[in-house]
Amino acid sequence: MGAVVIRTKVVQRPELNFWERLYFPEVFRGVWLTSTHFFKNLTLHAFHALGLFRRIAAAVTIQYPEQLWKLPSRSRTRHRLTKREDGSPRCVACMMCETVCPARCIYIVAEEHPDPHIEKRPRSFTIDLGKCVYCGFCVEACPEDAIRMDTKIIDTSAYSREGMVLDIKELLNPTGVPKTL
Amino acid sequence: MPTLKIDGKEITVEKGTTIIRAAEQLGVEIPHYCYHPGLSIAGNCRMCLVEVEKMPKPQIACHIQCLDGMVVHTQTKSVQKLREHILEFLLVNHPLDCPVCDQAGECRLQDYYMKHGLYDSRLNENKVKKSAKAVPIGPTIMLDSERCILCSRCVRFTDEISKTGEFGIFNRGDHSEIGIYPGRELDNKYSGNVADICPVGALTDRDFRFKCRVWYLAKTESICPGCARGCNITVEANLERPHHANGERIMRLKPRFNGEVNDWWMCDAGRYGYKFIDHDRLLEPLIRNQGTVQTTGWNDIVEEVIKSLKGVLKKSKDELAVLVSPEMTNEELYLAKKLFVKELGLERVLLLRTKADGDQDDLLIRSDKHPNRKGAEWIGFEESKRAIQEVIDQGLKGGLKGLILFGQDLAALYPGRNVEDLLQRLDVSVFVGSNHNLTSEHVQFILPAATYAEKNGTFTNFQGRVQRIREAIPPAGQSKAESEILTLFADHLKLDWSYENEEQIFDSLRRSVPQFQGMNYSKIGREGVPVE
Ligand code: SF4
Ligand code: SF4
Ligand code: SF4
Ligand code: SF4
Ligand code: FES
Repeated sequence: MGAVVIRTKVVQRPELNFWERLYFPEVFRGVWLTSTHFFKNLTLHAFHALGLFRRIAAAVTIQYPEQLWKLPSRSRTRHRLTKREDGSPRCVACMMCETVCPARCIYIVAEEHPDPHIEKRPRSFTIDLGKCVYCGFCVEACPEDAIRMDTKIIDTSAYSREGMVLDIKELLNPTGVPKTL
Repeated sequence: MPTLKIDGKEITVEKGTTIIRAAEQLGVEIPHYCYHPGLSIAGNCRMCLVEVEKMPKPQIACHIQCLDGMVVHTQTKSVQKLREHILEFLLVNHPLDCPVCDQAGECRLQDYYMKHGLYDSRLNENKVKKSAKAVPIGPTIMLDSERCILCSRCVRFTDEISKTGEFGIFNRGDHSEIGIYPGRELDNKYSGNVADICPVGALTDRDFRFKCRVWYLAKTESICPGCARGCNITVEANLERPHHANGERIMRLKPRFNGEVNDWWMCDAGRYGYKFIDHDRLLEPLIRNQGTVQTTGWNDIVEEVIKSLKGVLKKSKDELAVLVSPEMTNEELYLAKKLFVKELGLERVLLLRTKADGDQDDLLIRSDKHPNRKGAEWIGFEESKRAIQEVIDQGLKGGLKGLILFGQDLAALYPGRNVEDLLQRLDVSVFVGSNHNLTSEHVQFILPAATYAEKNGTFTNFQGRVQRIREAIPPAGQSKAESEILTLFADHLKLDWSYENEEQIFDSLRRSVPQFQGMNYSKIGREGVPVE
């Protein structure tokens, strides 16, 4: 590796001109701008509530969860475990994801698979979303394409820490609701 | 003595040394599969090919002996290319099993492929499938012949070391297959070793199977306490991910090379004899009082025990017996002697076994199943059956008032005698030990002790070699090493003992017991020191 050259660009602070330095004209301009947005949104929201002009968007804020947003297709959402054709997990409990997970929030216990050609399967597979940092390393590490983060379930909240823990049943058949378009 | 050059480095070796050994001495690693320093040379895997100047073809380093003036190259382009091709051949029929293979992480196929692999596979053929996968071939070992690279190490081990000859290679060419002779199973006293020497995941340990991945293991050098041999071992524990294997901490034991003691091997009894460390443990100090059991703190129980002991001692020193065991470390036996004999002046501090004698053979196994009898003898404890019988007789007649046991299960050792009755008659009975047993159920005071994997110290094996055990895992529950327990007694008796660790105890031990003279922990090191 050669020496790293960091390019710098000098940014000049804009100087205030005479008009701006008069202070009051700029203050009134600011109040005017804010007020136009306020009254425009107020009117539009009032109409929306009455079912009118729905196609004209009001504020840029998305009214989640009534209004959904399209996430980029590669964005990482809640985990799931993929299945074989017979519905059993593809996971072979190789512990790659458990090993790579920087938050140490994956807990797998392995057991013997009745079919010696598969050999190994997870007896339990648990992810503690309360600790997960959504890095996606688990998906990268998996040699079996057994874990994915494509459920489009993005609201992971619970009333207790235990509620944030997903077990193998929930991971195989996610019950959460996708909240994205 | 031939002098030769390997990769430009010169070395003089004994006549008859093979190139691979000479390279090892120089710190040059030559990849190999079938070569094992403890077995005869087979020369069948061809992984160790090197170039020798003036020899027309590449040579196998595991077999060719060093000659004067030889010039060996292990890193040339063509040698590297050879390794790639050999690996390609070895992998022709190898399944892509790494995710489910217990060997992954310590597999020579993986390691060498990372270094010398071809990466772009040129093979498009179907693999020749060998017999069924994952077949138990005995109580300890699982065979997956698909993964086998036919190095024949296991065959040579059972032929040359265990001399039981269960393994064979059957069929020819592409269809060759490792297996057990029909009608037999791999069931010998050293069977676990074949999983260690198998360079790939063809032979794996059934006991370790799927418990956890090998890279989770924390490894600590220690000594097997299974018999008087004292095989050098590595204790492998999983502490960071307790959800595996139901929270067991010790996952497996592996032998560690020591040419003076156990070479590369250990027996199955020792290898699988670790279960007591995580099962049936005594976890907290207990006081039993007319049928009720109470947990208590260390200071309280030591206080209580001392009070009761003083009561007995006031009347007579003859009515109190202490039974130390050859399972205790040198340090602990030394402290026991210091406390009970020197300080308290007891006459009956006797050595008593914890286990019955067992089988013995010419390889490793010793009939004495205790790791430190020699050390106990040096420190001045000789086991005498008669003296113990006297104690029991006296106890049954009601003439004994106090008894302190260090781990011995009297009820199991003397099934014919009414040990329960004996214990009932005592004013004070103390059990210092790690696990529940019949005797611990009837004593008055239970002081939970750490196992050998949870403490530091030294054992002296039957050859008189002093070797170190090291703390691999923290003591379970509130248990403490016996040395700590004895020091606690000394503290409560207001004795001026200032031992902070086992090393300091050893320092005063070597000054008072001539056999240990001149030794210290750093000299004992990894391999131990023999007494002169
Ligand atoms: S996304 Fe990252 S932190 Fe979350 S479970 Fe996967 S590896 Fe662990
Ligand atoms: S990496 Fe994939 S196959 Fe391996 S344990 Fe995780 S989910 Fe299962
Ligand atoms: S089973 Fe293992 S040790 Fe035996 S021949 Fe095959 S690879 Fe070698
Ligand atoms: S021979 Fe003895 S010391 Fe060696 S492994 Fe077996 S029991 Fe342990
Ligand atoms: S190690 Fe030399 S041929 Fe196998």
